[in-house]
Amino acid sequence: MFAEYSASELTSIFAMQGFAGLILFSVFVLMALGLAIIFGQMGVINMAHGEFMILGAYVTYIISNLFADYLPSIYGSYFFLAMIVAFFVTAALGAFVEWAMIRHLYHRPLDTLLATWGLSLILQQLYRTVFGAREVGVTLPDWLMGSYPVTDMVEVPVNGLFVMGLTIVITVGVALMMQKSRLGKQTRAVVQNRPMAAAVGINTEKVDRLTFALGCGIAGIAGSAFTMIGSTGPTSGQLYIVDTFLVVVFGGASSLLGTVASAFTISQAQSTMEFFLSGSMAKVLTLLFVVGILMLRPQGLFTLKVRH
Amino acid sequence: MRLPTFENTALARRGFLKNLLAIPAALMLAHTSVPALADEVNSTGLAVTDDTVKVGILHSVTGTMAISETGSVQAEKLAIEQINAMGGVLGRKIEYIQEDGASDWPTFAEKSKKLLVQDKVAAVFGCWTSASRKAALPVFEQYNGMLYYPTFYEGLEQSPNVIYTGQEATQQILEGLDWAAREKGAKKFYLLGSDYIWPRTSNKIARKHIENVLGSKVVGEEYYPLGHTQFNSVINKIKLKKPDVVFISVVGGSNVAFYKQLKAAGIDMGKEKPLFLTISVTEDEILGIGGENIEGIYASMKYFQSLPNENNQAFVKAFKERWGDDIVIGDVTQAAYLGPWLWKAAVEKAGSFDIDKVREASPGIELTTAPEGYVRVHENHHLWSKTRIGLAEPDGQYKVVYESDELIEPDPFPEGYQ
Repeated sequence: MFAEYSASELTSIFAMQGFAGLILFSVFVLMALGLAIIFGQMGVINMAHGEFMILGAYVTYIISNLFADYLPSIYGSYFFLAMIVAFFVTAALGAFVEWAMIRHLYHRPLDTLLATWGLSLILQQLYRTVFGAREVGVTLPDWLMGSYPVTDMVEVPVNGLFVMGLTIVITVGVALMMQKSRLGKQTRAVVQNRPMAAAVGINTEKVDRLTFALGCGIAGIAGSAFTMIGSTGPTSGQLYIVDTFLVVVFGGASSLLGTVASAFTISQAQSTMEFFLSGSMAKVLTLLFVVGILMLRPQGLFTLKVRH
Repeated sequence: MRLPTFENTALARRGFLKNLLAIPAALMLAHTSVPALADEVNSTGLAVTDDTVKVGILHSVTGTMAISETGSVQAEKLAIEQINAMGGVLGRKIEYIQEDGASDWPTFAEKSKKLLVQDKVAAVFGCWTSASRKAALPVFEQYNGMLYYPTFYEGLEQSPNVIYTGQEATQQILEGLDWAAREKGAKKFYLLGSDYIWPRTSNKIARKHIENVLGSKVVGEEYYPLGHTQFNSVINKIKLKKPDVVFISVVGGSNVAFYKQLKAAGIDMGKEKPLFLTISVTEDEILGIGGENIEGIYASMKYFQSLPNENNQAFVKAFKERWGDDIVIGDVTQAAYLGPWLWKAAVEKAGSFDIDKVREASPGIELTTAPEGYVRVHENHHLWSKTRIGLAEPDGQYKVVYESDELIEPDPFPEGYQ
């Protein structure tokens, strides 16, 4: 299929295709991180993950409108504030949901699936009532929408670079937090042995609430960032939920490293196949590939040994 | 817009004695119409009284499709209110019963049955996706109802119980491709769509037309799952294949992702290299995409909000007064607005609300007051209509750059395109 193209054309296309794979990788990591924390560390199957992301997107929409109305001179920088606010708003909602609903269901993981699915429907209808059924258009600062030309053929999208940078910052931040910080250590202690963690004086309820809020907050940041590449509507969250679970389950539920590795494998496989085959076929093959691996290795790519 | 007039057809059916009574009454009430008695205009037990008639509105106002169907509901209500303000249909005010299809196809069938069997509505304005129409269709055929369906769709259907007020595929597509070949000298086409029946059927028609009629080449044809959000790979493929025209039928949330990523990838749509021609992005979708992200693409449809004719200006004004100033009106919304008017015209021509008589009266019905201009109902229950090409501008509106000279005949079963 490449006979008709020159060598330089092919090189630049492969460079761009490689970059497209990296962007997809970053997007997958960003959307899966929050869920990996909630599902992996707490065992809660959070079907409302997509709706938490879209809450972040709506926060971004509100803030962009506020800036356009009141602070047009520094409009270009609203995006950073929007991400921070998105984090806190979704984290607050997450903490509330944990208190009102999730904490009563910790011993019934399958029930969390139904309960959070119900929650996702409630949130969707809430968005529809507040923001209207139509999608809203989030206006992006100009500097985010351009591309950076490397050669005539190779153009690097700025928003792709931005998502990659953001993903690195957040992943490193979460990894450091889980390994080094007090909350991270407590979280891991609670995951590994809840009664013992409680016995040494860790307030496991508080840890649960903070962990859930953190997972939701990261979903909010992801949603905020995805206004650059996707739609913002009451049901847009549904577009992400399948891929998100795919990445987390394939990676091995309780391992952040697994999430990153799985996002890399799936994104590269998918973007390569999308290039050589058609879009739908690429998706089918990716799913078959994941199913195949999970049949051989039901626990996912990476696992943490936990004594129950 | 015509005022309801004295109905000769209804009069003709009355007995001699009633005529004697009716004529002086009509003379006294010079400017109002005289309703015929309910059982004379309604021999099949529909929900018609001496001064009201019930119709149904059946769209999704919850679930995924609410994004798209909201505009149709608004248009149908506006049309009904306007008709009522002019005196109603055969002197009867229209009362609507609204049901929610909830973006769930079996629900559409259930609610259709409820509207037809329990409420006995005289007509239903509704359905949006082909899937919902296919689910409701057997119900309409079994209980002999009348459905006015607003969406442009893939064709290959013609039911005695449906009037299709949107365009079928060939009306929308062929004119657009011809225009691109003629005006822009396009030789290489790339077909891109979401993966379901409408884009696939549309692209099948497009491919036959490009290869057999235009004698040009299709250099790529691709489908992505509904809701797909990552288009970088296909954008790279487009860059590599260098088509003259990318012909797009991507729908829903995927649209937003596609155009934002296209812009971010450094493709200036205004340069027309390649030229982007869509059949799926109306002004409604641009709200979500953002005008600045889609500026410079072309759309091939029968209606744009910016159409300069007087009918449309009045329609847009009324629509904004009713539903708010920042609302936009897309192709399907306008088609939905035609539904109640076409039904009214057919009922008045038939002089009866009976479904069979309305069906018989429908072919040949014309609307000179349609926002899109003039439309006429074909024998095959689709509309004769013009096709326009619009150029997307940064404010989210299309500028009409081309309009077909003649009305295009609807051809739901196009020969040579299957």
